Amino acid sequence: MSGAQKIAVTVTAVVPLNDLVTRFEFRRTGGGLLPTFSGGAHTVVEMRDGDTPRMNPYSLMSDPMDQTSYAISVRRDDVGRGGSLFMHNNVAVGDEMVISNPVNLFSLDLRAKKQLFIAGGIGITPFLAQIKQMERLGGRWELHYTCRSEALGSYVDELTTQHPNEANVYYDDQDQRIDLKALLDGQPIGTHIYVCGPKGMIDWVRNTTAAEGWPREGIHYEEFLAPQSGKPFEVKLAISNKVIQVGEQESLLEAIERSGVDAPYLCRGGACGQCETRVIDYTGNFIHRDHWLDDAEHASGEKIMPCVSRFEGKTLVLDR
Amino acid sequence: MTLQFNDETFRDDYSFHNSDRALKRFPFPFHEDSYMYSVNMEQHQGGPADSIYEKRFDVDEHYVSEMRDRAMVLADDPLRCQSLPHMTLAGWDLLELIMVSKSEDYPDLFELHRDGDQWRWVNKPMGIDDSFTFLDEATLPYGPMEYITRQTQGDFCVLDQRDDNLWMDAGTITTQADWSLDFDLGMNFFEWHAPVPMAHEKGIFVRALKFLLNIQQGAPARRLNWTLTVNPLLDTSPENYHKWGIQKTSMTPETVGAKQHLRVELQTFFRLPRSNALVFPIRCYLCSFQDLTKTPKWARRLHRVIRDLPDELATYKGFIDNRPMMLDYLSQFDDGLPTSLGIWPDLDTEPALQKG
Repeated sequence: MSGAQKIAVTVTAVVPLNDLVTRFEFRRTGGGLLPTFSGGAHTVVEMRDGDTPRMNPYSLMSDPMDQTSYAISVRRDDVGRGGSLFMHNNVAVGDEMVISNPVNLFSLDLRAKKQLFIAGGIGITPFLAQIKQMERLGGRWELHYTCRSEALGSYVDELTTQHPNEANVYYDDQDQRIDLKALLDGQPIGTHIYVCGPKGMIDWVRNTTAAEGWPREGIHYEEFLAPQSGKPFEVKLAISNKVIQVGEQESLLEAIERSGVDAPYLCRGGACGQCETRVIDYTGNFIHRDHWLDDAEHASGEKIMPCVSRFEGKTLVLDR
Repeated sequence: MTLQFNDETFRDDYSFHNSDRALKRFPFPFHEDSYMYSVNMEQHQGGPADSIYEKRFDVDEHYVSEMRDRAMVLADDPLRCQSLPHMTLAGWDLLELIMVSKSEDYPDLFELHRDGDQWRWVNKPMGIDDSFTFLDEATLPYGPMEYITRQTQGDFCVLDQRDDNLWMDAGTITTQADWSLDFDLGMNFFEWHAPVPMAHEKGIFVRALKFLLNIQQGAPARRLNWTLTVNPLLDTSPENYHKWGIQKTSMTPETVGAKQHLRVELQTFFRLPRSNALVFPIRCYLCSFQDLTKTPKWARRLHRVIRDLPDELATYKGFIDNRPMMLDYLSQFDDGLPTSLGIWPDLDTEPALQKG
């Protein structure tokens, strides 16, 4: 039960935007419409990097109402595990790829009187789709978007040209900063805040809004973690009766999949909870990195999120 | 196969009836000789030919009459259909899902013609041919959810998803097993399930919610639920309890076989793509005890399940007072032979009843 049917797509455009970010556009292979989606949704892109299968989640940034094509923007991560590098270096127009149905873990609260978007860097992508959705539905919104520099300001021109009153851009190298407290002060009651960007930015917005007395339910954030490399370890899968090795560069979830065991997942980034797996026995230490389990669950040694978390020790037996 | 639509009623003279075909495809809900709550979810991706699982939205011989009954309920009580303002987009999602599904699954009965936002919908059984602009409410006679659910069998809960919970923020509920949309509107998953006995202690709802929050586009799910209803009433609502509740006292040993109905809900769950809401259609199928006992396996099993059901559940489902009368009736068919596993009738392999 690792999700819905996959979608076979063909790459129809590869557009470098600046030194770091490239846009990829897809159409359904063989023609036909793609599913509609809601702003904030992501798709999991499957890559075949030689013998290494890779699956990375990327926010859909195209118009949710446009069923003819999807677009994602990928920021190159030179020190990551290689998914974004593969997209940048190996994916070309005409390539056939497989993507998941859209999944939304960063949905708009449609009750909001106003949507306030706060983006940092590549965190702009889900908002591009949400802005198109709000424009179509006639809802009120405002964007505050920080970029390192003008040269790295993906989609800044498009946003400021089409939405001069709603889009506000800040450049780090020009010492421009969002004055968050002043921004919060001016918002109408019923405003919901959405933040997508580096962890420091998300923490800053969450902490500042909490200190200013904003309701927790009105603050939405999305932070996908990339799995991190680590020491290899061995795992026994009790239900499948297999012993597998998790390599230095692969996640536990990827190793389970490589062994032919169908494990559930949605976001592959420690956020959604779908891959939660029961620990039957262990001797050693968990390296929990997910946002799903709480501290008590992390300490209990009873559960692990194999998409981002690892293990160091002698024995690990999972209920899978 | 061409469907013949029954001309029948679910009130007053109760002319509702199941054809032989309908009996054969009735969703008998017990997969073994006993029953306890479980989440019992499976993927809703088709099923055996002509079973109720085959299509995304099953259309059967009761369609036209059920829609007539719904129109009467809504005329008497418009609050059976409500949608909070933020749920309009989900209503369009539902309209799109049903129109696309029905026109693909029943091309001889329904047609959908789309040219950008300009849509034309043809519903032949109900004699409807409407053109409208997608996402423009002013071009339809009702809101999108009400428009399409007046043309689709089953109740519809449209649930908003936020704060890791589901919220009953819209729906059309006219064929319900004694619960009220007007009462539950705006409640979350735990609030509206608060009255259900035993399941909370078993942690059923925590697991069920987690499953539902993760229902994905392109991967709908389904389960069966059941209760018992005296007379083939679709509208067993709290609002009208004064009309139907008293009928539970009207059964006699002579009439129990004809009046007592097993009421089965096919519950399905679809992610709605544009709104990220979840729709929860609850489709009601009715079958009298006397018709059910024509299938040997079901006759044996129904007796055993009703006999062994915990008192809390018999009370919650509202039939504890009539249980002795039902058991007197059903026991005359139960010959004690074993039954095959699973819900299907297995008419070719299960032996004929040795008594009854």
